[in-house]
Amino acid sequence: MAAISRDDVAHLAKLARIEMSDSELDHLAQEMDVILGAVARVQEVASADVPPTSHPIPVNNVVREDVVRPSLTPQEALSGAPAQSEDRFKVPQILGEE
Amino acid sequence: MSLNYDQAVEKYEPTLGLEVHVELNTKSKMFCSCSTEFGGAPNTQTCPVCLGLPGALPVVNGKAIESTILIGLALNCSIAPFSRFARKNYFYPDMPKNFQTSQYDEPICVNGYLDVEIETDEGVKPFRVEIERVHMEEDTGKSLHVGGATGRIHGADYSLLDYNRAGIPLVEIVTKIVGGTGKYAPQVARAYVTELRDILRSLGVSDVKMEQGSMRCDVNLSLAPIGSGELGTRSETKNVNSLRSVERAVIGEVVRQSNRLQDGERIVQETRHFQEESGQTRSGRSKEQAEDYRYFPEPDLVPVVPDSAWIEELRATLPEKPSTRRARLQAEWSVPDKEMTSLVNAGLLDVVEETITIGADPTRARSWWLGEVSRLANEREVDPTTLITPSQVAEVISLIASGDLTDKLARQVVEGVIAGEGTPVEVIAERGLKVVSDDGALMTAIAAAIASQPDTAERVRGGNIPAAGALIGAVMKATGGQADAAKVRELLLKHLGQGE
Repeated sequence: MAAISRDDVAHLAKLARIEMSDSELDHLAQEMDVILGAVARVQEVASADVPPTSHPIPVNNVVREDVVRPSLTPQEALSGAPAQSEDRFKVPQILGEE
Repeated sequence: MSLNYDQAVEKYEPTLGLEVHVELNTKSKMFCSCSTEFGGAPNTQTCPVCLGLPGALPVVNGKAIESTILIGLALNCSIAPFSRFARKNYFYPDMPKNFQTSQYDEPICVNGYLDVEIETDEGVKPFRVEIERVHMEEDTGKSLHVGGATGRIHGADYSLLDYNRAGIPLVEIVTKIVGGTGKYAPQVARAYVTELRDILRSLGVSDVKMEQGSMRCDVNLSLAPIGSGELGTRSETKNVNSLRSVERAVIGEVVRQSNRLQDGERIVQETRHFQEESGQTRSGRSKEQAEDYRYFPEPDLVPVVPDSAWIEELRATLPEKPSTRRARLQAEWSVPDKEMTSLVNAGLLDVVEETITIGADPTRARSWWLGEVSRLANEREVDPTTLITPSQVAEVISLIASGDLTDKLARQVVEGVIAGEGTPVEVIAERGLKVVSDDGALMTAIAAAIASQPDTAERVRGGNIPAAGALIGAVMKATGGQADAAKVRELLLKHLGQGE
């Protein structure tokens, strides 16, 4: 049985706001299934004494002092923005009419 | 026929869940060194980290962790020996990173409680609200929706984003399911948020200004038929930005949901927005399911592993609990229960305490704040504490005590201070409000009053003391209300041979 269905991929695409054609969905569902299958093999060798980990390096509690340092200028902050207005980032309509 | 609140709670049992977001008052942001100052020009407080630019690496603000642990301890939580950050992924331009750094299955504080008191038909009763978790995250940017019919997000032409607020440390405090409140659900919700605000203020970790958004409340509410033992479908009401609104939002949702259920309709699990003007809620976007956020551990931040010595060090610095402080002050000032509750609910405890510390009499301090100042604040629809300072109130009270002002004159002084005419002394000088205590000036006015009402004076001479009222009134009028009526009475009766 496939680890990921075409519907799963379509759902993920929707969440990630990526528009995909039918043929792309077919193709990607197969491809991701192969990738997940490969990753799943890791689980076969992971025994109970190996805890799941998100950080391979055993370092904890790295913090900074609560000190303010200079920020970017609005011009610098907005320099990569596709659109701007009144020193703010301008984005297309977020939600349509109710 | 539609149900009102009282009818609704006779048929249905409300169940609450409260989520409170609090902005911490650190100087710098949660994961970068940008300033957290309120009200800066747009996008003047951003950097590659809080803008989510490629390659930027976040580092946690140690002070924010400390503040969160303090909050957890004050709410009787266990502090997790190991806790991690997680990415909450969503697409909405208020976070430039396309995710919010939050905590998911490993929050820093868990399993606490907060005891509150509510006024019931049978007197003041305690109620315990259990806390599920306290976790750290970051605030979002501010959106300005331009164009469209309503100026709201729906159908706007475009939106403008200011990311000064994005990345300000935010702590989310989530209750467990709060059941068993019955008809007192609105009072429990308000008492919880009030007590929480007071605790956070006493810890000094946040400004807790609901009107400025540094403390915000989401109200989850569901109804089930009384006795069914079931849990209904809940709605989540956002945008609840004052203590009074917390109470009104609960009432509004109980009424709305009960009428839907009554009509055989089902409740939709959704986000709703509180409308300040009507006290009702309006449907927002329907809630994305938790798994849609695709949480995963934040790889760029290392785990937080607070050692127990540090936790105990922090525990030792916890200030007096607000409930303990209230009990202490109530005893010190000998205030009746009901008046104490009024003081606390009106948010006047701090200013009254300050006024008394400066030297004012406790009874007078309370009655000025709860009475005249609150009345003037209500007229203006503002918070009484923004109108006048404790030291100004204390000054007015001391001028009454010294006999320089009568209560009536003092009210005019307070009014003048509130109108921005200056300090009490300046208002007195400007308006000429000093009590006429010069016996000579009073005697002149008394003689004039007697001359104009000889018959009345005669009756007083004959022993009809109550008749003196008309003469006292005339003197008060002649002195523009600036004489001390008791003093006038004393001088007048003596003059007419009726003094002791």
